[in-house]
Amino acid sequence: MIPDLLPNMIPDLNLATQLLFGGSGLALFLLGAWSFLIHAPLLRKLIALNVMGAGVFHILVAVAYRGLDTPPDPVPHALVLTGIVVAVSATALGLAFGQRLDQDEDGAADD
Amino acid sequence: MSAPRTSLWPAIAIAGLLGGLGLLLAWAFLTALLGYEGERLAEIALARVPDSGVSNPVTAVLLNFRAYDTLLELAVLLAALLGIWSLGPASLPYGAPEPVLARLVGWVVPLLVLSAGYLLWVGGHAPGGAFQAGALLGAAGVMLRLAGYASAGLPRRHLQPVLMAGGLLAFVAVGLIQTALGLGFLTYAPASAKWVILLIETAATLAIGATLAAAFVGGDPARVPRPASGGAPAP
Repeated sequence: MIPDLLPNMIPDLNLATQLLFGGSGLALFLLGAWSFLIHAPLLRKLIALNVMGAGVFHILVAVAYRGLDTPPDPVPHALVLTGIVVAVSATALGLAFGQRLDQDEDGAADD
Repeated sequence: MSAPRTSLWPAIAIAGLLGGLGLLLAWAFLTALLGYEGERLAEIALARVPDSGVSNPVTAVLLNFRAYDTLLELAVLLAALLGIWSLGPASLPYGAPEPVLARLVGWVVPLLVLSAGYLLWVGGHAPGGAFQAGALLGAAGVMLRLAGYASAGLPRRHLQPVLMAGGLLAFVAVGLIQTALGLGFLTYAPASAKWVILLIETAATLAIGATLAAAFVGGDPARVPRPASGGAPAP
């Protein structure tokens, strides 16, 4: 019953879908940015950076959506794939830095 | 164990600034959705997909229309791995696995390799492709490392750079060959585009899988771990 009423309640279902998905991506981005700036430990900053990345991917996918019957825009989807790979490698490098910093702290604390 | 309490005023100020940034970004997003006029890139890209050599639009964009972007992405992966290798030796390997884990890994890793091969091939006409297949291979390497295989399924150390740089080298070589043929850097002839893309994707899959597994190893396997200072036992 509700799905039949939806086209009358929301004039543009595509736009509502894009706003919902992109808006949640924007919220993720802002939450991740807040955590990145506020929290000090490196692991929390790396997780916050990944949450920001997930938010950006949400926004890109929302921009690419063109409805249930139309094929989506492939260019933002390719950008998201590239972004995922870059985010993973940057996180790996950041974790390696953190590991090395911990080892150096342990070594210095022994003296 | 608890982190030090963050002071209140900077937190409120940053929250306010981020709220302002959020409003700006929301306005930009709304303008992007509602305010554009003219042709979107989607129509141009989707119209040229039949000439690109593959029928999946995302693979066509990634490996044909924006191939240079994908080449640079492989370079980013390689640069991150070089950074990880330069930071220190590999972390200590895990111990021998329990029988259940060993048997499970014996089943799952070959399935992962098979699925990676399938994703590589199906990327031409359905969601899939080099990066998805490379991620599965990387996951297989992570599973092997967690089950006690210190090498994470990778070859010997002096062969690893060949594997990882091979993806990038194949991509650049194909681009230069296309230039030598007179078509332009990374511009494919429609007749041979499918096989050129498959060649690049195969080399890229191996490179991505190897790089992700080596990143999980966490350091350079060729280096010797430093002894702890002051005679204290190593952690």
